[in-house]
Amino acid sequence: MSEKQFDYYLKGEKGEYEVVIGLEVHAQVLSEAKLFSPSATKFGSKPNSQVSLVDAAMPGMLPVINKFCIEQAIKTGLGLNAKINTFSKFDRKNYFYADLPQGYQISQFKHPIVGEGKVILDMPYGTKEVGIERLHLEQDAGKSMHDQDPNHSFVDLNRSGIALMEIVSKPDLRSPSEVGEYIKKLRSIMRYLNTCDGNMEQGSLRADVNVSVRKKGSKEFGTRCEIKNVNSIKFMQQAIDYEAKRQIGLIEDGKSVDQETRLFDTKKQETRSMRSKEDAHDYRYFPDPDLLPLQLEESYINNLKKDLPELPDQKKQRLISEFKLSNYEASVIISDQAVSSYYEEVAKNSDYKLAATWLMGELFATLNKEGKEITESPVSTKNLAKMINLIKDGTISGKIAKTVFEEMIKNDGDPGQIVEEKGLKQTSDPKEIENIIDKILSSNQDKVEQFKSGKDKLFGFFVGQVMKEMKGKGNPGMINDILKDKLKK
Amino acid sequence: MSEIYKLTLCQILEKIKSKEISCEEVTKSFIDRAGKSKKLNCFIEDTFDQALKKSKDQDNKFESDKKLFGAPIAVKDLFCTKGVQTTASSKMLEGFKPEYESTVTSKLWSEGANLLGKLNCDEYAMGSSNETSHFGNVINPYKNNKDLVPGGSSGGSASAVAACLTSATVGTDTGGSIRQPASFTGTVGLKPTYGRCSRWGIVAFASSLDQAGPMTKDVKDSALLLEVIAGHDNKDSTSAQNKVESFSQKLKKDIKGLKIGIPKEYKVDGISKEILNLWEKGIEAVKSLGCEIKEISLPHTKYALPTYYIIAPAEASSNLARYDGVRYGFRAEGKDLIEMYENTRSLGFGDEVKRRILIGTYVLSSGYYDAYYLKAQRVRRLIKNDFDEAFKNVDTILTPTTPSSAFAIGENIDDPIAMYLNDVLTVPANLAGLPAISIPAGYDQNNLPLGLQLIGKPFDEQTVLNNAFAIEQSINFKPNYKDWWM
Repeated sequence: MSEKQFDYYLKGEKGEYEVVIGLEVHAQVLSEAKLFSPSATKFGSKPNSQVSLVDAAMPGMLPVINKFCIEQAIKTGLGLNAKINTFSKFDRKNYFYADLPQGYQISQFKHPIVGEGKVILDMPYGTKEVGIERLHLEQDAGKSMHDQDPNHSFVDLNRSGIALMEIVSKPDLRSPSEVGEYIKKLRSIMRYLNTCDGNMEQGSLRADVNVSVRKKGSKEFGTRCEIKNVNSIKFMQQAIDYEAKRQIGLIEDGKSVDQETRLFDTKKQETRSMRSKEDAHDYRYFPDPDLLPLQLEESYINNLKKDLPELPDQKKQRLISEFKLSNYEASVIISDQAVSSYYEEVAKNSDYKLAATWLMGELFATLNKEGKEITESPVSTKNLAKMINLIKDGTISGKIAKTVFEEMIKNDGDPGQIVEEKGLKQTSDPKEIENIIDKILSSNQDKVEQFKSGKDKLFGFFVGQVMKEMKGKGNPGMINDILKDKLKK
Repeated sequence: MSEIYKLTLCQILEKIKSKEISCEEVTKSFIDRAGKSKKLNCFIEDTFDQALKKSKDQDNKFESDKKLFGAPIAVKDLFCTKGVQTTASSKMLEGFKPEYESTVTSKLWSEGANLLGKLNCDEYAMGSSNETSHFGNVINPYKNNKDLVPGGSSGGSASAVAACLTSATVGTDTGGSIRQPASFTGTVGLKPTYGRCSRWGIVAFASSLDQAGPMTKDVKDSALLLEVIAGHDNKDSTSAQNKVESFSQKLKKDIKGLKIGIPKEYKVDGISKEILNLWEKGIEAVKSLGCEIKEISLPHTKYALPTYYIIAPAEASSNLARYDGVRYGFRAEGKDLIEMYENTRSLGFGDEVKRRILIGTYVLSSGYYDAYYLKAQRVRRLIKNDFDEAFKNVDTILTPTTPSSAFAIGENIDDPIAMYLNDVLTVPANLAGLPAISIPAGYDQNNLPLGLQLIGKPFDEQTVLNNAFAIEQSINFKPNYKDWWM
């Protein structure tokens, strides 16, 4: 199979353009408590029901670092093959907004907890390495609601102070599909690590997208625009496509691209200017005097490293080498931790290869049709493994198995019982098969003659007739063998 | 007993313990005197009724193991007190009643003290004369024809202790806010090592400098209060783990052999002759107590004040961002959010607070950060190094507390620089995070009290207190104001 070539170049009047993309992903840390307060972090709770005195920035309140969030950030850093900084600091990012109670966001500016790392993507044209610039911890803001009252805005502080990891990539991405794969890979790594649930529809994963364009082959970066706070892969891809074309249009018209912050309008599917570089906030970052610098012991980091679960890339290698799966099968299975757990559970109790085939074939199709996640699979791992074992030991054929599977998805039925009740058990008695073959051959003497005189295709006809007579339950291997034997005579 | 209020905190506690006087009598004595002293404007809010009720309960349920049992204590209005208005002397927080109690004050109450009221101070502790308070000037019980300021920012606290309106008090000190008013009112004020006392529940001014501390009639009272309010607090990441000693029990006046440093750089420009004489008197006193005097150098002293006036406003500009009219406190409506912010903060903050927010915002701005804030942080480190170096050879450092005695109300109000110079001798200890105490040591020609300052090694409050105790015994300062305001 010849590998595909990367081909995302946008055509303008004056040549082809390459799109350069960097992402700042905001991933909500999976934690029961907030970054600097013990308040709960449950999604969808009643407004302002998860707000401590610290989150509401009452006078005299002080932040205290939640050690678990630090641990989560380090684990994520390790998952990104990144350098963990033993010294990091929290800074204040100062700006006024109604949903920012302190009047500043506690973030990490000069000394992030995680430094450079990398993520590997599987693209149709081969693997692609994306550099990670840094990962730092920061507080989320609250939520302003402008649609509750004609004269007032309301503020919900439940989200205020929740820990976020900002993962900044290098400008290494070159197409919307690479962006899609990158987000999926980050999400997959964090789900394996249990450091972020990656639920984009709940806002636990969102990104600021930096886009610039340059003539194909150019080494210089163009001027970039930042598209703020995009919360789905599809929107990111649409925004990039629109934004890149807009920039190309400007360049081709002899205009220049202004460095600015833009918003993506999901309804109109276009980006529009939010503020120019001149209007950019001066955040007056300075070290937060309420918090001491964060100093980590090497041994602490090493212990976390030691206890790290198997990550997607490692698991993929293992599935290829130990389970003899193809690169494609392994990639699909590891992309979602729940899928890979399901797979491993089935595979180790049945057959590696058949488990992959059935998972990616019938089960995925069923889930797709029913709009379900693997965690809601109508067929349990136990029953799927049982069914595969029935194929393996010759009790049912692959074809019959499909009928059994159809039954199983109705209410996670036991395949053995279904085979029994529906009488789907395969006939593997050579005597019985031989009798039926004899019967078919004798009543089709003319066809036997034609076969023997060279009409090979008729072999399929005989198999079909035998299967029909046996109501589909004949062991196909045995039918083949006996039939061949008889026809030779 | 008719004049209970004149006693020191320790004397009162002892008499309560021996049942010579009741808790109720003590409380009544202070309430009565405070009621007659409204002219001094020390109290923003009193809790006399509650205090009286609690004292009666205490007389019925005697708990002799409590260190401050029956002591009525009013506190600076920067400490959040549950259910009792806490304003930081600002219009911004007028009427604000916290649902929580600061760590420092809750330690007082759990040792049996009762809240007597909230004491006036400079707005958000920004000032050196108590003239920036939204609730009016506090007047010093010492008078020199004109009404004098009590110093600041803990001016209400200092006047209240000096005038015997509270048995003792706690203040906060960011650049001298405990020591300078103590010096102006003839009282004792101790700023502990940074991190000694929790900052949780204290309205923040400049987080890396703020520290709560006792303000009392004498050194022993300060030692006792410190051992009550000090200690690690999980809720304040900058509070120290260091063990808290029984400072009052370990207090001793034998300081023979102690090495005391005299920094030549503290003979600052504009320091009065009388202050220099007082300093000399202090030096003679410790010499006669058997201490070794060593001239030391703290070469970066002259940069301390400008450094302080960059770092403190920088932190304040950010700390005060939360007073935005959105969630609590004062709000002035506007046509949109920005206008609401502008109206609220224009009307809610006084001039000095606004001045410091502007300075702080400026020094943190992009393009100025390196030249001001970052440089100031580096100088702060050099100032700290000066002290570290000096403390290799000495145990404490003796200096005057202020360059002058108390001045008249209004005298410096239009000249912020002159006002800021009041802190020139006190800010270095804040920048270096060191414990420092001011004790009354004499009077100037106008019969106004003057203070001496002792600075110690980090977490060595005991030595500072011992040294102060010995000087106090030796100098034997006595208050000499008349109750002219009654």
